[in-house]
Amino acid sequence: MKTPIGVKGRNNPYGDDKVIDACSIFGMMDQQGRSMAGRDVVEAMTNMNERTNGLGSGYAVYGLYPKHRDQYALHVMYDDRKALEWGSGFIDSEFKVIHDEEIPMDRSHCKADAPIMWRYFVDVNPDRLNGTGEEDFVVQRCFSINTSEKGAYVVSSGKDMGVFKGVGWPQEIADTFHLDEYRGYLWTAHGRFPTNTPGWWGGAHPFSLLDQSVVHNGEISSYGTNRRFLEMLGYQCTFQTDTEIFSLALDYLLRRRHLPVEVVANIFAPPLWKDIDAMPPQQRNLLRGLRMVYGGLLMNGPFSIIFARHGLMVGLTDRIKLRPLIAAKKKDVFFLASEESAIRCVQADLDRVWHPRGGEPVVASCGNIPASTNTVLVMSS
Amino acid sequence: MKSHLLPDYKVTIDRETCTVCRGCVIQCTFNVYSFNKEKNRIDIDANKCVDCQRCITFCPENSITVAPTPIQYKQNASWDRENIRNIVKQAEAGGILLTGMGCDKPDFTFFDRLLLNASQVTNPSIDPIREPMELRTYLGSKPSLVNLTSTGESWTDISLASPQLQVETPIIFSAMSFGSVNLNVQEALARTAVSSGTYFNVGEGGLNPRLNKYADHLVLQVASGRFGVHKKYLDAGAAIEIKIGQGAKPGIGGHLPGEKVTEEVSATRMIPKGTDAISPAPHHDIYSIEDLSQLISVIKEATDYSKPVIVKIAAVHNSAAIASGIVRAGADIIAIDGMRGSTGAAPQVIRDNVGIPIEMAIASVDSRLNQEGIRNRVSLIAGGGIRSSSDVVKAIALGADACYIATAALIAMGCTVCQKCYTGKCPWGITTMDPVISRRLNPDIAAKRVENLIRAWSLEIKEMLGGMGINSVESLRGNRHQLRGVGLTERELEILGIRMVGS
Amino acid sequence: MPTMHASSSEVYTIDAQGLDTRHLNQAVRKSVNNGHREIELLNVTGQRYIAAGLQGDLQIDIHGTPGNDIGAFMDGPTIRVHGNAQDGCGNTMNSGEIVVHGDVGDITGLSARGGRIFVRGNAGYRTGVHMKEFQGSRPIIVIGGSAGDYLGEYMAGGVVLLLGLGLEGGVHQADFVGTGMHGGVIYLRGEVRGIGREVAILDTTEEDRRFIEGLLKDYTKHFNVGVKDVGEGSFKKLIPVSSRPYGTLYTY
Repeated sequence: MKTPIGVKGRNNPYGDDKVIDACSIFGMMDQQGRSMAGRDVVEAMTNMNERTNGLGSGYAVYGLYPKHRDQYALHVMYDDRKALEWGSGFIDSEFKVIHDEEIPMDRSHCKADAPIMWRYFVDVNPDRLNGTGEEDFVVQRCFSINTSEKGAYVVSSGKDMGVFKGVGWPQEIADTFHLDEYRGYLWTAHGRFPTNTPGWWGGAHPFSLLDQSVVHNGEISSYGTNRRFLEMLGYQCTFQTDTEIFSLALDYLLRRRHLPVEVVANIFAPPLWKDIDAMPPQQRNLLRGLRMVYGGLLMNGPFSIIFARHGLMVGLTDRIKLRPLIAAKKKDVFFLASEESAIRCVQADLDRVWHPRGGEPVVASCGNIPASTNTVLVMSS
Repeated sequence: MKSHLLPDYKVTIDRETCTVCRGCVIQCTFNVYSFNKEKNRIDIDANKCVDCQRCITFCPENSITVAPTPIQYKQNASWDRENIRNIVKQAEAGGILLTGMGCDKPDFTFFDRLLLNASQVTNPSIDPIREPMELRTYLGSKPSLVNLTSTGESWTDISLASPQLQVETPIIFSAMSFGSVNLNVQEALARTAVSSGTYFNVGEGGLNPRLNKYADHLVLQVASGRFGVHKKYLDAGAAIEIKIGQGAKPGIGGHLPGEKVTEEVSATRMIPKGTDAISPAPHHDIYSIEDLSQLISVIKEATDYSKPVIVKIAAVHNSAAIASGIVRAGADIIAIDGMRGSTGAAPQVIRDNVGIPIEMAIASVDSRLNQEGIRNRVSLIAGGGIRSSSDVVKAIALGADACYIATAALIAMGCTVCQKCYTGKCPWGITTMDPVISRRLNPDIAAKRVENLIRAWSLEIKEMLGGMGINSVESLRGNRHQLRGVGLTERELEILGIRMVGS
Repeated sequence: MPTMHASSSEVYTIDAQGLDTRHLNQAVRKSVNNGHREIELLNVTGQRYIAAGLQGDLQIDIHGTPGNDIGAFMDGPTIRVHGNAQDGCGNTMNSGEIVVHGDVGDITGLSARGGRIFVRGNAGYRTGVHMKEFQGSRPIIVIGGSAGDYLGEYMAGGVVLLLGLGLEGGVHQADFVGTGMHGGVIYLRGEVRGIGREVAILDTTEEDRRFIEGLLKDYTKHFNVGVKDVGEGSFKKLIPVSSRPYGTLYTY
C-alpha cells in the first residue's frame, strides 16, 4: 500500500466512516496552581494498560512553558525533513516566531515511524489579522497546516501548554518525550485502543485546539449528526474521530459562543424530556431551548471525556452512563479517571471519591488562574 | 359509441356457498352487483369493478373472488396494457385522464435500496423497551445564537425567537382537505393527532367547526384557493402551512367539482353550495421568491408571530435551491412532498411523470442547507411515499426532522388504494362526500386503527434507534453514516450522501 | 384578537418615519389594544401589511405610500390611503373598507370574501382575482379608471365595477377579462380587448343599474367629487355563463 499523505490517509487508512477506539483517560489538577511532575500521571496510566493496546498514548500539560507564557506554543508533527522545511517556512510567514526548537525525543523507546516533532513559540502580528480575532487567526492557520497534505500536523497550539502524543504504551510515550523533565499544574492523559486502524501519531489523544484539550473514551453513535452540525457551522472534520467532534464542539460552544461549562454539559448530555418536563418553568425553558437549538451536538452513545483549558478541568459522561468516570480529591488535588485504581496508585489516601451521575459535569477550577468561562454573561441573538 | 375497453378484473361468486344475502349489492358503490329476482341470484357486471375489495371483506360466506382478468391485450412490452387502455379511454371521452392516490410505477423508490446500521461491540445497542428512548421533536426555526440570561448564580432562561411545534413522534398527518376526504376521516385523524401527540393538517378546505376542539393539534393550510381563510381561521391552528405544491401534482392547481361542494363543504370552504372550488396553479400573490416572503410575513403579522409557518413544496428538480430561498424568505418549516405522494384527484400524466422521489429531494435539500450554514434555521418535513416506520427512519437519517404520512393512515382506516377517490364513490366511506356512504367510516374505530398504527411505528422506530445505539431521535437527523445503499450507482450514492453496502 | 381597554375618540398619530414593517404594525396593534379607534399614520413609505388581521370598528388613515398587502385578512376596519397603494391591497379580506385616493397595484382584493375597496384612479393586473362571496357577504371593488389584464380571474363571487374614467378611445386595454370566472359580476363602462371563454357580456338590468347607482354615489362621497365627475354612459356586465365550465375536461 502506498503511504498516504494527509490526515485522512494517515489517520483513516482504510477509509472507514470514522476512526474508533476504546481508551483509558486520566486527569489531575492542583487547584492552587502548584506545579506537579509527570511521573504520577504516567504511573496512573500504566495502571490502566488493560484498557489500551499500545497503539496510542498522549498527555496534555498546562503551566508547561512559564518562560513563554504569553506566546502560542505550537507543537507540530512532521513526516520528514521536507515537511519540516515547509511547515517552518509557513509558520515563519504567518507568525512572529520568538523561539523554536526540536522537541527532545529519545527515539529508542518509540516505534520506527516516529515523526519529527518541533515546537514554536509565536506571537500573532496584529497587522495580519484583517478583522479576524487573534484566536480565530491561530485556529485558521492550524487548519491550514492540517489540511495542507504536506505531511505537517499541529498537535497543540495553546499558550503555556502543550500536548505530547504518539503510537506506543503510555510509558513508552512518556519516555520518548522525557516527560519526567516537565512540570505542570494540570495534566490530562489518554491510553488508546484503536478499533479499526494500526494507530497513527497524529491520531492519538489528547486533541487540542488553542489551550483547550480533550481526552475521550467511547464511540458516539450520533457521529454523523454531530459532524453535519459542525460542518454547517463551517468546521472541517479532517481527523474523522469522535474526539475531534468533541474538540470542535467545545471550540464552538466554549470559546466562540462563550457558553458556560454547565450549559455545554447540558448540550452534550441533556436530561431526558420527561425530566425536563418536570422542571420549574425557567429551567425547563432553558433546557428545552438548548436541546432544540443544539440537538445536533447531543453526543449520543457511550462517552466519557476529560476536557481541560487553563484553570479548568471538566469530566463528563453520556447521559445514560455507558462509559466510566471516577472523581476524587486529596486536599487541593482533583482527580478524574476511567478507573479508581489509577487514582489510588497515585494517591492511596483520598479525602473523597465519587461516581458522578451520567450527564452531570464534574468541574474543577483553579483558584490562582482565572477561568475565562466565568466572565462572559449575556449573549445577544 | 361502443366502448373498446376490456374489463380490468374478473369477478366470480361461488354459487355453492353464496346465500344471496345481497350484502355485496349494498356494499358495492360502483354497481357491479345486482339482485336478479327471477333467478334469485346475484348478477355481476365486472366492467364496473375497481378492485376495492369492499365486497370481499364484507361477504359473510367468503364467496367472492376478484382477480385480474385473464383477458389480455396482445403482449407488447412497449404498447402495454396501461398505454393501450389510456388511449382507448381518451379516444372515447377526449379528456385529461384523472386518477387518485400516489404514483404506482416501479423504479422510483429508493427507500428499499437503503439499509440501516446496528451497533456491534464498539458501541452498545440500547434496549428500547426498558431504557429511555426519545422520539420528541421540536419543529421550527432555531436561532444561530441563543440568548442566555443569568441570575448571577445559575443560567436560567433562554429565549427562542421563533415558535415551535412539539411532536411526540416524528410522524405528522399530511394535508387531507375536507372535500378530498369527508369529515369522519378528518375527525378520526384529528383525534389521533391529539392522542398521539402529533398534528393533523386539515388541508386547504377550511376548518369545519366539528374540528375546533382539536385546533391545538391542527395545521391549517393557506393554499392558492384561499378557501375558508380568514382571521379566526389563522388564529385557530397550531401552525399555518402555505401550500405551494403537492408531490402528486406539482405545478398544477386543483378543482373540486360543484357536486362535491355540499352544504357542509360550502360552509367550511366559505363558498356557495354547488359551485366549483378552483385552486389556481400558482398563488396569485406569489410570482417570485420575494412574494413568498411577503405571504409568510403577512401571515406572521396577522397572527402576531405566535405560530410557525410551514411552506410546502413538491419535490422537483431544483428543490435544493428553492428550499434555500424558502429559508431566506422566513419559513420556519419546509415540507417537501415527493413524487409518490398521494392525492384525491390528479391528471395521471402529471402524477406519474412530474417531480422527483422524496429520498433524493430530502438528501439534496438537507445537504444544501447544511453547506449554506442555514439548516438550523428551518425544520424539514419529508412526505410523499412514506410507507413504513423504516421509511421514516431512513428519511430522518437522510436529513428530515419529521415525516408526513397520509396514504398509510387511510389504509389503516380501510382504504385499499383502488385509486378511485375522485369518483366520489369511495366504498370504504373515506373520500366520498355522500352522507350515507360516509357513515361506513366510524370515526371512533378509524381513530383507534390509526392510533394503533402510530403506536406500532413509534415502537419500531425505537427498536431501530436502539439498534444503532441512539436513544434520541435528534441524533438520527442527518446521520447518514447509519445508512448504506444497495444497487445504486456511484452518482446516486453521492447525492444521497451515503456509502455502498460493504464499504 | 385585540381587547379593548378604553374607548378613545381622539385620533392617535404614529409617525412611521424610520419604523420598519414589524415595528409599525406593532405600534398599530398596541394603539388598538389601548382602545384607540382612529389612527393616523404619517410618512408611510413601503411598510407592508398595515392593518393585516385587524378586527372591529377602526379607522386608519395612511399618509404616504403604504407597502403591499394593506388590510390583508382584515375584518371590519376602514383604511383610507391618501396617495397610491401597491400590490395585494385587501388580500383575503373578510370585511371592512379600503379607500385609495390614487391608483393601486396588482391583485387588488385577491380572494376577498367581503368588504369594499374604492380606488379613485386605476388598478393593475388581476384585480379581484378569485374573489368569493359567502352567506350574504359580497366583496365589492370600485375602480375609477381602468384595470390590467386578467381582471376578475377565477372570480367566484363579488362585484367589480370599472367606471372607465379617462379611458382613451373608450377601450379598456385589459385582455382575458373574467378568465376562469365562475361566479360574481363585473360591471364596466367601455369596451374590452378580450374576455375569457367562460364569460359573456350582457346588458345591465334595472336592478343592476340601481345597484351601480348606489356605488357611484359612494364613490363621489369617498373622493369628494361631483356627480358629473363619475362620467356618463351605460354599463355592461360580464358574468360567467356556466358555473361548471370544466365538466368535459377530464376522463375517468
